[in-house]
Amino acid sequence: MELNLLYYLVPGTVMMFCGVYGFFTRRSLLAVLLSVELMLNAVNINFAVFNRFLFPDALEGHFFSLFGIAISAAETAVAIAIMINVYRNLNGINTDDIRKLKG
Amino acid sequence: MDITFQQVVFFVVSLLMVAGAVAAVTARRILRAVTALLVVLFGTAAFYFMLGYTFLGTVQITVYAGGIVILYVFSILLTRSELSVRARLSKSKLVAVLVTSLTGLALVLWLLFTAGFSMTALPEGYELSPQLIGEALVGPGKYQFVLPFEVISVLLLACIIGAVMIARKR
Amino acid sequence: MEYTLYILLLPALSFLLLALAGMKMGHRTAGLIGTLSLAIVAVLSWWAAAEYFTMPRQADGTLAALRPYNVEWLPFTDTLHIDMGILVDPLSVLMLVVVSTVSLMVHIYSFGYMKGERGFQRYYAFLSLFTFAMLGLVVATNIFQMYVFWELVGVSSYLLIGFYYTKPEAIAASKKAFIVTRFADLGFLIGILIYGYVLGTYDFSPSEQSLMQGGLMMPAALGLMFVGGAGKSAMFPLHIWLPDAMEGPTPVSALIHAATMVVAGVYQVARLFPIYIGFAPQTLHMIVAVGAFTAFYAATVACVQTDIKRVLAFSTISQIGFMMVALGVCTSADPHEGGLGYMASMYHLFTHAMFKALLFLGAGSIIHAVHSNEMSTMGGLHKYMPVTHITFLIACLAIAGIPPFSGFFSKDEILAACFRYSDVVGWVMTVIAGMTAFYMFRLYYGIFWGKENKALHEAHRPHESPFVMTFPLLFLALVTCVAGFIPFGHFVSSDGTIYDIHIEPSVAAVSIIVAVVAILLATGMYFRERQPVAVMLQRRFPRLHEAAYRRFYMDEVWLFVTKRIIFRWVSRPLAWFDRHVIDQFFNFTAWGANATAEEIQPMQSGNIQSYTIWFFVGIIGIALFMLAF
Repeated sequence: MELNLLYYLVPGTVMMFCGVYGFFTRRSLLAVLLSVELMLNAVNINFAVFNRFLFPDALEGHFFSLFGIAISAAETAVAIAIMINVYRNLNGINTDDIRKLKG
Repeated sequence: MDITFQQVVFFVVSLLMVAGAVAAVTARRILRAVTALLVVLFGTAAFYFMLGYTFLGTVQITVYAGGIVILYVFSILLTRSELSVRARLSKSKLVAVLVTSLTGLALVLWLLFTAGFSMTALPEGYELSPQLIGEALVGPGKYQFVLPFEVISVLLLACIIGAVMIARKR
Repeated sequence: MEYTLYILLLPALSFLLLALAGMKMGHRTAGLIGTLSLAIVAVLSWWAAAEYFTMPRQADGTLAALRPYNVEWLPFTDTLHIDMGILVDPLSVLMLVVVSTVSLMVHIYSFGYMKGERGFQRYYAFLSLFTFAMLGLVVATNIFQMYVFWELVGVSSYLLIGFYYTKPEAIAASKKAFIVTRFADLGFLIGILIYGYVLGTYDFSPSEQSLMQGGLMMPAALGLMFVGGAGKSAMFPLHIWLPDAMEGPTPVSALIHAATMVVAGVYQVARLFPIYIGFAPQTLHMIVAVGAFTAFYAATVACVQTDIKRVLAFSTISQIGFMMVALGVCTSADPHEGGLGYMASMYHLFTHAMFKALLFLGAGSIIHAVHSNEMSTMGGLHKYMPVTHITFLIACLAIAGIPPFSGFFSKDEILAACFRYSDVVGWVMTVIAGMTAFYMFRLYYGIFWGKENKALHEAHRPHESPFVMTFPLLFLALVTCVAGFIPFGHFVSSDGTIYDIHIEPSVAAVSIIVAVVAILLATGMYFRERQPVAVMLQRRFPRLHEAAYRRFYMDEVWLFVTKRIIFRWVSRPLAWFDRHVIDQFFNFTAWGANATAEEIQPMQSGNIQSYTIWFFVGIIGIALFMLAF
């Protein structure tokens, strides 16, 4: 038994759909954001794995993961800043609290 | 059937990751969820190490585990959101979400197993050298990444300013 | 002759200026702008006529048709394209002179007539618009350009008839005029489409070969176009709008409903004359019948009307009938052989425009003095208004056909052409000419002599009009006196060659005798205070008088046709279908959209998670769908 591509991909897939589940069920915006991190992480794993197994000479997947990490860091920073602001104004960061923007 | 040390490590890490992922989206208290996320992130870093992407794994640990999770903890403490983290979901909605998620999971897994990827294993003892990464990251040629690198830097700068602007007290 | 472009552009510019900025101007400024631009146009037209008619002739004795300006506007195929341009040939130069001269006179006259009127600037703007449209119509290089300006003329006529838009009668009249002529124009448009389809061009002179291939389509196309022409020229039974159009200001009646627009139909037939002669002689016979009947009918009605403008309106209809008959009796393009009628018709168009404008302006002057259109408020006015009286008399003599006034010469040519065509038509037209003399002098005596309405005149003493109004009268009277001596055949004739007008003694003698007898009859009946013969005739034939007074119930017939037949049996079912089938269909779609929106509105909860669930379900659905196929 050798560790091929699928072994690496299955945990990533499970992680992805855990993220989806969490995104739909969580009430706190922070927890929702956390689920998004899970999904991003799963995606990053996929990039790296595909690159390593299928195109060992190329580096695109590797760098895509790298940039993905940077972007998720940026996204988290801004999202958390927004959440703090929302908390200040609405005294809560549950998804129920922020329906005011609906048309 | 012999089981190598690498395989043992892989399965342990995988199990931890899956358990962590599930815990991260089901835990009652958000600090626990963040801790579970931390486990998942470390597991991902271990994957990168096993793939020979040492640099990527290091970045994963420093940025994610070291930076983002700390941000989470701070914001949890700042917003007192440890209470009532889970939505009081109606039964039907919960069922609907579960069904869609599991359908999606089954769909993707089925696709993975029927896609016919080449099933070769990795050569042992490979490591992507940091010199290669460095050259590719700042080289201007084809398959080199100086432009995305610069764009990311600008993005990060914008994020710093934006985050400060948004979160700042008026 | 590039300056002919300015003839067209100046009225258009003056219209734009007056329409956009007119309300900011004083009356005097606005009127001066309109009149000055028209004066320039008139001078340019006269100059163009002088230059064109003194041009050296071509080898075959005709004057070359020029196109100083022509742009291809809408190309459809290589040969079929709609142009906008200026055509300069004897016919269009003649019309330019007529239109710009009468229009200038009306512009000057309106200074006095419309003085202090509300919307004075608007009036001048509309006059400019009309003049622009009419000039564009007469210089059109092709039938489609003609149609475009034809409709523009209709619109400006509508605007001017409805100038007093607070008067219900004026509104009704303007709508009637527009709808009736527009209805007739449908025939014109279909005719144009057939013309373009058969000949592959909208040009006035298509190739012989394509005309030969046209076969019976040519009479059909030309017949349909004549329907349009009959509408504009108020031929029976489409004449009903013209008497009502008299609700407009009197100078407008002089310009549009006497001298220029109503002869557009005659002009149209004349413009297509070579095709009529060569390929649709049947249609010409029809035109004779329509024209002669219209002339007779209108003359009969004119004999009993009491509104002086109505009398003039019916007289116009009758005289246009004369022109149509003259065109119709042509049997060949050679003026010496049977094409005399063409020249006669154009000549009559020219002289009629002048003396009929004079009559209308004179009537306007009288109305200005007594503030009414009814003959009963007049009588004996010769004492108060000498200039109007003399000029009106000159015009009456001209239209009655008494030498040496212009009407005699043109009418004589028409009668001569009719006698060459057939004796019956000749005698009928001679009788109608006699009736013309009779009703015109009935009108003349009714206004200036006869029974004076003394009570009214003492309460409000009639006065002669100011010089701005009498000057156009004098000018037009002068033209009427001398126009008979113009060698008209040198300028316009059926094939473009020189034709010397010569009076045929027998025809001239008969027509003069008939006219004199009719005038004497009118003198005997209407000259004195007491009019026993007229009263006796009216008592003797009350039903005939009533019928003629009510225009032989033509309006009622039209109302019956439209209201009882078309409205009830065509429009009502269509309206029902529209309301119950088409409208309901759209109501249903609207209701469906509304109901769907009501149903799905709760989905718009503002909760980001429910949105993303739908999004995700969609993704999975699409993925499954793509896998399944």
